[in-house]
Amino acid sequence: MDNKWDLVWSSLWPIVQGGLTGTVPLALASFVIGLVIALAVALMRLNRNRVLSAVGRFYVSVIRGTPLLVQLFVIFFGLPSVGIQLDPWPSAIIAFSLNVGGYAAEIIRAAILSVPKGQWEAAHTIGMSGSQTLRRIVLPQAARVSVPPLSNTFISLVKDTSLASLILVTELFRQAQQVAAFSQEFMVLYVEAAVVYWVFCTILSAGQSALEKRLDRYVAH
Amino acid sequence: MSPTEDAALLEVRGLRKAFGGHEVLKDIDLTVRRGSVLALIGPSGSGKTTVLRCLNGLETPDGGTVAVGGGLSVDFGAKVSRKELAALRDRSAMVFQHYNLFPHMTVLQNVIEGPVQVQKRPRAEVIAEAEQLLARVGLEGRSGSYPFELSGGQQQRVGIVRALALKPQLLLFDEPTSALDPELVGDVLTVIKELADEAWTMVIVTHELAFARQVADEVIFMDGGVVVERGHPDTVLRDPAEERTRQFVHRLLNPF
Ligand SMILES: Nc1ncnc2c1ncn2[C@@H]1O[C@H](COP(=O)(O)OP(=O)(O)O)[C@@H](O)[C@H]1O
Ligand SMILES: [Mg+2]
Repeated sequence: MDNKWDLVWSSLWPIVQGGLTGTVPLALASFVIGLVIALAVALMRLNRNRVLSAVGRFYVSVIRGTPLLVQLFVIFFGLPSVGIQLDPWPSAIIAFSLNVGGYAAEIIRAAILSVPKGQWEAAHTIGMSGSQTLRRIVLPQAARVSVPPLSNTFISLVKDTSLASLILVTELFRQAQQVAAFSQEFMVLYVEAAVVYWVFCTILSAGQSALEKRLDRYVAH
Repeated sequence: MSPTEDAALLEVRGLRKAFGGHEVLKDIDLTVRRGSVLALIGPSGSGKTTVLRCLNGLETPDGGTVAVGGGLSVDFGAKVSRKELAALRDRSAMVFQHYNLFPHMTVLQNVIEGPVQVQKRPRAEVIAEAEQLLARVGLEGRSGSYPFELSGGQQQRVGIVRALALKPQLLLFDEPTSALDPELVGDVLTVIKELADEAWTMVIVTHELAFARQVADEVIFMDGGVVVERGHPDTVLRDPAEERTRQFVHRLLNPF
């Protein structure tokens, strides 16, 4: 039994380190890029231009209708056969960004639609252009609505990055796997990995609540 | 041409608008002299809001001409450019029934948004003017409040100040007090009355007949997308020529 606790303590830092240098930057980078994609796709879907809106809809449908693991494998193992060879990190970031882009696009679209028409009209009557209205009036209000669902997307993403271990990205779960393979203590190492993920996600949830509070300051309670 | 026609600030001829085959405005003519007040009355659905929205570019009329101020006359029978529409919009400012303040901005930010972001006027100057206007409508000390912290009457006064801050030639009010609790109506009407006394040119859609009699130079009664009757407030509101006007006024004054 002592041996197992020793193993837990000695493997804790490599696993946490895998989280801090793998999981967290991978999730953050993918989330930021994913949000940019999502905003673009949401605006395409809301565009009066039928072609743009159809392209946006198709993108969302593909992302949501296929497993993330398959998307990841297509990019890392599939693309080389058409001459595009990407390292594990760029492959993972591309796959996760595209994935977040698809899910967050629907969240952002719904948030934009939730802003009352009167807000667009008031902005119009004070002379604002469409893009000014979007930037200064609509998106700030949409942001408030979309923080809770986007936070959930981010927390899911943090957990989903464990899939990157399958394309050899050194992140939290791959660190645990390597110690497990070496020590043959699968139960100990995988439960330990789960606990570390749980701690990370709990911290993120606390951050989410703080952000929601801040954004709620202009709303009656 | 008589001198009064020369001084027309708003001139609308043959305004038409349909929504999917339903003709909401049929051949509306309006003339509002500079510094005068027109009150638009009529039953719900008669097209009053649509008239204001056409004047402010929120709807594009199907036909007719709208001339505001000097030198701008837009003919909606022909192809209208974005530039013309923008020019038309910029000459008027709208006060909405439900205020439509920006909830994520403070009172001051709501007021200065147009002048600073759109008109690109110097921020410090705009803020000084905004504070003055806010004080005038009884909102001194509230510039840092968010709309949700204000009563309906206060929010509507911010809505009025937001419109004034744009320095428009023409003010449009769409039932500015209909969404207010009865005890808050007076404050808002007082503000509008003061604007009339200062010779702002205004078109006001309202159900407050006593108020209309006090401030309006002309009253127009609309029904079914046409002007049924127009004239001096005392005539239209007390001794109308048309039966439809008589019934409408009677119903408003005697709801039971
Ligand atoms: N955007 C729109 N689409 C379709 N019908 C509309 C639209 N706006 C107004 N209408 C119709 O036009 C008529 C006049 O509306 P409105 O101008 O709001 O009347 P009022 O302000 O006098 O109550 C109503 O029958 C209304 O249903
Ligand atoms: Mg109306």
